[in-house]
Amino acid sequence: MSERIVVDPVTRIEGHLRLEVRLDGGQVAEAWSSATMWRGLETILEGRDPRDAWLFAQRICGVCTTVHALASVRAVEDALGLVPPPNARTLRDLIAAAQAVHDHVVHFYHLHALDWVDVTAALKADPGATARLAQSLSAHPRSTKAVFAGVRDRFAAFVRSGRLGPFTGGYWGHPAYRLPPEADLLALSHYLDALDFQRDYARVHALLGGKNPHPQTYLVGGMAVPIDPASQAAINDDTLQEVRGLLLKGRDFVRQVYLPDLFAIAAAYPEWGRIGRGLGTYLAFGDYSAAPPRTGRPPAGGLFPGGLVRDGDLSRAEPFDPARIAEYVTHSWFAYDKGDAEPLAPWSGETRPAYTGPAPPYEHLDVERKYSWLKSPRYGDLAVEVGPLARIAVGYAAGDGGVRSATDAALTRLHAGRDVLFSTLGRMLARGLETGLLADHALDLLDRLTSAVAAGDLRVHDGSRWDPATWPASARGVGFHEAPRGGLSHWVVIENRRIARYQAVVPSTWNAGPRDAAGRPGAYEAALAGTPVADPRRPLEILRTVHSFDPCMACAAHVLDADGRPVVEVRVQ
Amino acid sequence: MSRSVATPAGRDAGDEAPSPDLMTRLLAAGVDRRAFLRYCAALTATLAMPPRFAPRVAEALTAVDRPALVWLEFQDCAGDTESFLRARDPSVAQLVLDLLSVDYHETIMAAAGTQAEAARDATLARGGHLVVVEGSVPLGAGGGYCTVGGRSAEQILKAAAAKAAAVVNVGTCSAYGGLPAADPNPTQAVPVEEVISGVPVLNLPGCPVNADNLTATLAHYLTFGALPPADDLGRPLFAYGERIHDNCPRRGHFDAGEFALEWGDEGHRKGWCLYRLGCKGPSTFHNCPIQQWNGGTNWPIGAGHGCVGCTEPGFWDDLSPFYDRLPHVTAGGLDATAEQIGLAVAGASAAIFAAHGAGKVVQHRLARRREHAAATQDGDAHE
Repeated sequence: MSERIVVDPVTRIEGHLRLEVRLDGGQVAEAWSSATMWRGLETILEGRDPRDAWLFAQRICGVCTTVHALASVRAVEDALGLVPPPNARTLRDLIAAAQAVHDHVVHFYHLHALDWVDVTAALKADPGATARLAQSLSAHPRSTKAVFAGVRDRFAAFVRSGRLGPFTGGYWGHPAYRLPPEADLLALSHYLDALDFQRDYARVHALLGGKNPHPQTYLVGGMAVPIDPASQAAINDDTLQEVRGLLLKGRDFVRQVYLPDLFAIAAAYPEWGRIGRGLGTYLAFGDYSAAPPRTGRPPAGGLFPGGLVRDGDLSRAEPFDPARIAEYVTHSWFAYDKGDAEPLAPWSGETRPAYTGPAPPYEHLDVERKYSWLKSPRYGDLAVEVGPLARIAVGYAAGDGGVRSATDAALTRLHAGRDVLFSTLGRMLARGLETGLLADHALDLLDRLTSAVAAGDLRVHDGSRWDPATWPASARGVGFHEAPRGGLSHWVVIENRRIARYQAVVPSTWNAGPRDAAGRPGAYEAALAGTPVADPRRPLEILRTVHSFDPCMACAAHVLDADGRPVVEVRVQ
Repeated sequence: MSRSVATPAGRDAGDEAPSPDLMTRLLAAGVDRRAFLRYCAALTATLAMPPRFAPRVAEALTAVDRPALVWLEFQDCAGDTESFLRARDPSVAQLVLDLLSVDYHETIMAAAGTQAEAARDATLARGGHLVVVEGSVPLGAGGGYCTVGGRSAEQILKAAAAKAAAVVNVGTCSAYGGLPAADPNPTQAVPVEEVISGVPVLNLPGCPVNADNLTATLAHYLTFGALPPADDLGRPLFAYGERIHDNCPRRGHFDAGEFALEWGDEGHRKGWCLYRLGCKGPSTFHNCPIQQWNGGTNWPIGAGHGCVGCTEPGFWDDLSPFYDRLPHVTAGGLDATAEQIGLAVAGASAAIFAAHGAGKVVQHRLARRREHAAATQDGDAHE
């Protein structure tokens, strides 16, 4: 016998995600992932000035802010044959790396940690023992008994008030929580520290791009932030020094706080290295290269190589071919002109909404038909996973030195084999590993910029194609970026100096998309299958796996359970 | 809310000293007293109030009874949430742990699904809460363009506002429709005020909202039990009462006729006026140049890019293409000209808003027709 549960809203994500899940024998038998919000940005972009596109596209997301701006300007530049000056490319990568570090830290502490950390149990912790535990993990200067006692007392006063605020209704006391109270207090303390850290680290974006979220400094052809050591109104030596200080603090936080906490949690939950494998096939476009862009494809030789890893086979990475990307709408609330059975490549993509879901308020979606506002992207007709794990898997398979050594060291530390990577825990590890790589890379990028400025190169923009009169009558381009949640691509068709067609194929579409015409599940749907659920009314384990992808959509999960709320379907097998 | 309502204008107090109670509470909370009072003084300045109100702000911020806050996200990008997470003083940790009871916020709350909705509904049933809304509300597809827990954005918003003390719209989407409502508005997205009535509403537009203006608004509410005074677009005067162009540090260059003409040219590097590269500062009302972003670190014009007018209703359509110069502005930069710009633009904003209001009627009519159509289709399907 099986039962159907619904998790909506899925919280601690960006956007609106709904999961419908069929349980059988105490674990997930099948899952359906639905995005329940649509804005129509691609439609809104049609007919507009391509130079404005990045400002609109950036608003696709305010969490992974800037990533869509970057993919958008790259797409328009690809169409116009523009190569931004080296300083502009360095600045863009620097902003992107800082974004990824920021985003991953926020994800770990503020979006994912509460799936592993019972904050109410932290009240039972001994601050002295917590300090000893913290000191055994790293040299972080705030690992003192006084700090932990302060956090415990402050939180105790908060709990005594009887108003738990955002901690109300958490699955506290769930048997799947297994950290000792000292580790819970350590994590709670770092949850608060990370709030302060992320607020300060975001200043990198403000210094280089005016503000965060939504930095306002991109241009088709380069960047709007000028460089001039002799000006107070430009990036000068003071700016570079201030950015350096922030980047160093970021590297320290990742090394002394984030990674030690990640390893401590991973060591306490080893079985999650066998849960949540999912598709096992991984796609990365590749990014963070000093080389100039190549027409129609990502630049080669970056920090993260591009490629495809099939079925967890780390001995081989196949080269990435953009022509193999296409999107289905068979189970999506869209209609294609020529029917929904065949996928469309992004340059010929269509965005015509056709909501056929139930009228709200509703209890369940018809998952046999259309059930999501996301399309189903496929690569060479394969369902693939994108994201930190894909980048690490492809980098490892491609023989990248930095990725290999970081990964092997982490697995050795956990006494784990490489198979552990392909799991819920593996996604967390991969995210941490690449955060370490990016925190270091950001400093390399700053060095590159500083050297160029010292050598007198102040160029940030190529204005040769700024005037639309210089453009061809029609052009098309694609921009790629390895965003925090995975491979991102924007595809633009320009006719008569206006946007004729715009498609964004985003990481969470790859991962959270619904089934395709052949009924093959997306990455979330596949990864949830087999996840144990001890108590259907408190599906903590489902959150662990889905949060390991860091969903970015605007949706939520909501378990319709057996008591009180109706079980939507009960099937007898 | 049991707090008495008073406005700065209605009070004639001399210098007020912090009460012994306040000192005790700060001590108990482990808060550095001097740092806290310094912060309250800065907050009072942000609110454009005389310094003598600082102790009153401090008293209110440390009240024992934390007001409940419900933060709703509809057609949003979570950018306003992220801005809230960057709040500096009070920090988001202070806001969440010490000053407010944030009973529902999907991006940060521990609970999910049924338990999350239960937490929200308990607060709504008690009433007297603050509602913060991020994102526009789509009326198209019978509400199918945005549902949470199976309910439409419109249904959730109406329920949340019913017994609320006040509604604060953060960001341009909830305030004026924003990006989802940009032409051709594929989802019939509307601002919050077109859906609810009978509750005080304040708009804090911006893309995203500036965290300082949000925390100052919350502090004002905690201190005086009422929302701050607003302009005819529902924006608090303390933050949106003046034009960017009038407070821009580059204004002197405008007046002197010194303009950046190309990205990266000498004028651009030296911080000259960005008007000719499309800056919308002359048509935009916000304290952006003074308050700046991320703890006063910088702002878009400070980083070399023109203002795009993100606090104005309809800016995605009315102020784009963003790199085109504002019309009817003669270069050369006499003060008289700048004032004319301001008057013309204020008139245009009012006209835009009026047009939006007229559009509302049509949209509601469309929505009703669609709902009817959807209901009919459903009926057919069940036959």
